[in-house]
This record gives sequence, C-alpha cells and structure tokens, in this order.
Amino acid sequence: MTTQTVNDTALPGAAAEEAGGLRDKLRLLMRGDSASHVGVTQVLVGLAAIWIVFSLLNPNFVSPTNLTNLALQIVAVATMSIGVVLVLLIGEIDLSVGSVSGLAATVMAALNVKQGMPAFVAIGLALLCGLVVGLIHGTIIATFGVPSFVVTLAGLIGWQGLQLLIFDYTGAMNLGDPKVLALTDTFFQPWAGLVATVVIALAMGLVTRRRRARRRELGLGNRSAAFDVVRLVAFAIVVAVLILVFGINRGIPLSVLIVVGLVVLMDFIARRTLFGRRIYAVGGDAQAAERVGTNVKRVTIQIFVLASFFAALGGVLSASRLMSVSQSAGGGEVLLDAIAGVVIGGTSLFGGRGSVWSALLGALVIGSISNGMDLLALRSPVKLMITGAVLVAAVIFDAVMRRRQSR
Amino acid sequence: MTEPLISFRSVSKSYGAVRALDGASFSIEAGEVVALVGDNGAGKSTLVKVMSGTVVPDTAEITVEGKPVKIHHPNDAAQLGIATVYQDLALCNNLDVVANLFLGREHHKGSLIDELAMERETIDLLAELAVKPRSLRVPIGSLSGGQRQSVAIARCLLGNPKMIILDEPTAALGLAQKQQVVELIRRLKARGLAVVLISHNLAEIFAVADRIEVLRLGRNVGSFPGDSKYTDDVVAAITGARITSSEAVA
Ligand SMILES: Nc1ncnc2c1ncn2[C@@H]1O[C@H](COP(=O)(O)OP(=O)(O)OP(=O)(O)O)[C@@H](O)[C@H]1O
Ligand SMILES: [Mg+2]
Repeated sequence: MTTQTVNDTALPGAAAEEAGGLRDKLRLLMRGDSASHVGVTQVLVGLAAIWIVFSLLNPNFVSPTNLTNLALQIVAVATMSIGVVLVLLIGEIDLSVGSVSGLAATVMAALNVKQGMPAFVAIGLALLCGLVVGLIHGTIIATFGVPSFVVTLAGLIGWQGLQLLIFDYTGAMNLGDPKVLALTDTFFQPWAGLVATVVIALAMGLVTRRRRARRRELGLGNRSAAFDVVRLVAFAIVVAVLILVFGINRGIPLSVLIVVGLVVLMDFIARRTLFGRRIYAVGGDAQAAERVGTNVKRVTIQIFVLASFFAALGGVLSASRLMSVSQSAGGGEVLLDAIAGVVIGGTSLFGGRGSVWSALLGALVIGSISNGMDLLALRSPVKLMITGAVLVAAVIFDAVMRRRQSR
Repeated sequence: MTEPLISFRSVSKSYGAVRALDGASFSIEAGEVVALVGDNGAGKSTLVKVMSGTVVPDTAEITVEGKPVKIHHPNDAAQLGIATVYQDLALCNNLDVVANLFLGREHHKGSLIDELAMERETIDLLAELAVKPRSLRVPIGSLSGGQRQSVAIARCLLGNPKMIILDEPTAALGLAQKQQVVELIRRLKARGLAVVLISHNLAEIFAVADRIEVLRLGRNVGSFPGDSKYTDDVVAAITGARITSSEAVA
C-alpha cells in the first residue's frame, strides 16, 4: 500500500546529497542513511518477493477480494505497531501492547454491550483506559528508572488479569452496535478516493513548490524539478491503482484510511516537530539529550502513553472487525506480530533509528505471510515457525546494518 | 594591563579531606588561548567544572569583564558566555550534523522545526570554521572523530559564548585529526574568543596556546608563554621536580 509515499519519506532528508548523482541517491535509499530514513527498499523488495511466491502458489492471493481482506486484517496490528515504533525509537520496549489492546476491547464491549453506552462514549472510554495504562507504565519507568522490559512485562500479565476479571462479570460479548462495526465495515466509493488523491497530489505539489522556492531563497540549491514531478506523479498513480483494486471489491475501507492517516500524522510529528526531534535524540543518546535540556523523563512518559493509546485503538479496531470480544482478545500472536512487524519494517531494536512507516510496512509483510499461508491451508505450527524465521532474519539484518553504519 | 575578560581567584574546593583546589586562580582575555596543564589529580577537571557551573566551589571570587558574578549552575555559566565542550561530546550519533548542531535550540515556527533555516546556518558556520563534513545529512556517528569534535565545538558557538572550555579535545584522535582541531582552535581565537584548553599533549599545547598555566595539587605553580623553549620549565612545574628531559610526562 502507498509504496511511493514510503519512498517519499526517504527523500527529503537527501537535502545535502543533492549534488550527488543517481548512484549516490540509490545508495542513500539502500542504506537508509539518516535516523528517520529506514532502508525502505529492502523491505519493499522482501515484500515483492513474498507476494510473488504466494501468488505463484495460489493466484487468489493477488485477487482484489483477498487484497482487501489482507488490508482489513493488518489494520489492528499496524495501529498497535505505530506505538511500538515510538517506544523503540526512544530505546525502550513495550511488551504490554497485546494485553492493553485486549483490555481496551473488553472495556469497550462491556460498556457498549452490557452497560448500553453509546458507541462513541464506549470507544472514547476504552481509549482513555489506554492513556491511563500508558501513564502508569511511563511514570513507573521514568520515575524509578526500572527497565521498560520488566514494567511492561508486568503490564502484559496484569492487564490480562484485569481483562479476565471483567469477563467474570460479563461472559463473552458479541458486538452488534452498527456504529462500532462501522469502524471496519465502512467502504468509500473509488471515485471519491480518486478525487481525494488528485487533491492531495496537488497539495503536495504546492508544498514542494514552496519548499523549493524557500531553498532557492536561502541559497540551498534544489534537485531537478523533473525528479519532484516524477515522484509526485508516481505517488498519484500508485495510490490510484490501490484505490481501483479496492474499488473492484467493496471500496476503500475506512479502517485503512484511519491507519494510513495515523501513520502519516505520526511520521510527520516524528520527523518535523520539536517533540519528534526529542524522541530521536533520547533514543540516540539519552544523556546527550538531557544535557541539551531535554526532559527525558517526560518524553519517556509521553511515549508510553502514546504506545498504550495506539494499542487500545488497535484493540478497538480488531474487536470491530471480529464483531466480538473474547477472553483471549489481544493474546496469542498479537504482541509478537506488532513488535516483529516493526523490526521487519526496519526500525531498530537498539533505539534512535526507524520510521513510523515501518509500522505499516512490517504489518503488511507479516500480514501477507500469514494471509498467504492461510490460503495454502498451512497448519499453525508451520506458520509459527516461518513467522519466527522471518523475524530472526530481520533482526540479523538490523544488527548487520548497525555494524556497517558504526564503521 | 587590560582588564581580563574572565577571572577566577582564590578558588578552593574540598572533597572531604581532599583539597582538589586550594586557592587556585585563572584568568583569560578575549582572543587568548590558555592551556591548563597538570599531573593527574592536579585539579584541572575540578577547576573546569567550577568554571562551567557543574561544581559549586567552597570559595571563589569570579569576575566577568570586571563585574563580580556568581556561578551556581550550568545555566549561570551559559548566561555569562562560558561554554564547555566535554570530552564525551554529548552528540546524538543517530542524528545528522544539522540536527546535532541545533540540538536543544532548534529553529522552529510553533512546534515545527525550520529545517531549512538550520541547514543554511549550518553551512555558513561550518564554512567559517573551515569544517567540511562528508555530508550534513548522514548520522554523525558515521563521521570521523575529528569531524565530530569539530561539530561539537561548532555547536557551542551557536550560543555566542565569550569563552570556550575544551576538555581534552584531541585525546581520542589520530594525527591528521588532531591537526584539524588545532586549526579550529586557531580560528576560534581569530574570532576573538577566549579558549581554555585542557590537554596532556605538550606538542599540541605549544602549537596553539598563548599561555600555559600549571596546576599542582590544586595550586598554581607556574605560568609560561606558549613557546616550546619553555618545555623543560613546564614539565618541571608539572612534576614539581627539576628535570632536564623534554618528554611530556603530564
Ligand atoms: N567528585 C569527587 N569526589 C572526591 N574526590 C574528587 C572528586 N573529583 C575530584 N576529586 C579529587 O580531587 C583531586 C583533583 O581531581 P581532578 O579531577 O580535578 O584532577 P585532574 O587534574 O583533572 O586530573 P586528571 O588529569 O586525572 O584528569 C583528585 O585528588 C581527585 O581524586
Ligand atoms: Mg581531569
């Protein structure tokens, strides 16, 4: 999905490299040189390989119906992964995202189904619940300097306990409220999407033009305008193709728009705002960040609040798609998928390196593997082993890249 | 004699029974490079910490441009125009040159970082200092030690300091890179900055310092012009013994 937008994120930072030729540019893309620019190319190549293999094994894999299914399947994990990226960026980890997503789904269902609260109130309170959980994690980690690994492991167990406790009073819950189901059951007409794409592409064009004008004004030099134009047109074409593929099936899913919107927003915050710069600084060297006046504790707390918030939102989206919440919601592979996806997507486990886009990319890789194996009717032991192998490969890749960069 | 830019007099600091500084003095003028030397434990680092506000001395008379001042906190030092480049540089290796240079004082409109203005200023500042990193947009961890040191020094210039303290700026560098930093110090001097240089390397000190202050057991034991013909005297003052070798033993 939105492949070209991903490339998009890898390029603006090439500012000072513009004098370099195409080869330098390619190398830059391959290496994912600066902190926020993950080596997107490798992930895309890997994804392409996975898609080719699965579509050779089962042509249905690339059918519009299955691709729409795939998109809907990865929405919840991708949302949770956004929070995981942020946590990894500051050099911490959150093992509780699965449990928190389950807890939020349970809270929402209990309030909506059992207490009869309106959908928006129930969803709002479930998300609030996520914020509070994150505040608790972050405060403990920042105040006592305890490893996030341990605190969120305790959270993993503890919040699951709370979820089960709620189920003691409610029993399994089926979601019937159309407003809750609408989150993942709303589809937009392709023409609306195409119009929006044109509008967005034009807006991006204007922004690029202003940026080029400002660079010229400051005497910074610009890369050739043709490059920007080609990039923009390619972006529009890729998005249009995606929209048409969705259109052949049910239309453009609202939930996909939500997650893409969140990724774009958080990526913007991470790369362009003061808060984002603090995140990368803390992940790069917390002491150095502290010395230049960053309140590392506050950043840590904020990030854990965000992580649990995205986990809770993921839980709500997942419940909406499955139309029910069970005691095992948020358990099983959810946590592994959320963290593994991010690492596969190119965000480093060692802090300070990565991009919010790796949440979406990684979820897409893991989701494709899982979806493809389901189509082939592989048994779950085999699925687990293959997923594990892909994760190890990604982590090894991360470690090798890190060694190469430190040379 | 002109009024010194910054002067510290009768600085004492004890850690329990250890008198790290015992009535030490230090003064410096604008455009002057003063090397602070002494054996291990002589009190150099403690004096630097007093100057940069990270250690509060037991006693001290500090004047800046003739006016008595107090330094109780790093912010006080920063306000008085005293900047320190620590040995560990305090750079974020994952961020690029521009981001590191402006770390903690980014140009911004609202909460948006003004990356282009920062890039422009970086290019100007680095050109002025003749620092030429391979690229402004690669993680600074992938640059050479000398370039990282240069960026760290350039960074403290952004606060428009009057005096810069460099703590062992070349300790971890190779020969060519040492030379880069020495050149950079010359340029800081040419800009009218007062530079305090802590170093164990006498060759480099004689190459760049106008004056050499020797500390021993927390006291001033000698002040020499930065000329290599005083090598033996400096070494003697450092060790507290009259010797003829010109080896650097500090
Ligand atoms: N925080 C501290 N607590 C106790 N003693 C200290 C402390 N800091 C310094 N000292 C003592 O004060 C004396 C002066 O130390 P200082 O670090 O200033 O010396 P220095 O000249 O920088 O030595 P070096 O060349 O080894 O860096 C030493 O005896 C040291 O042990
Ligand atoms: Mg010392």
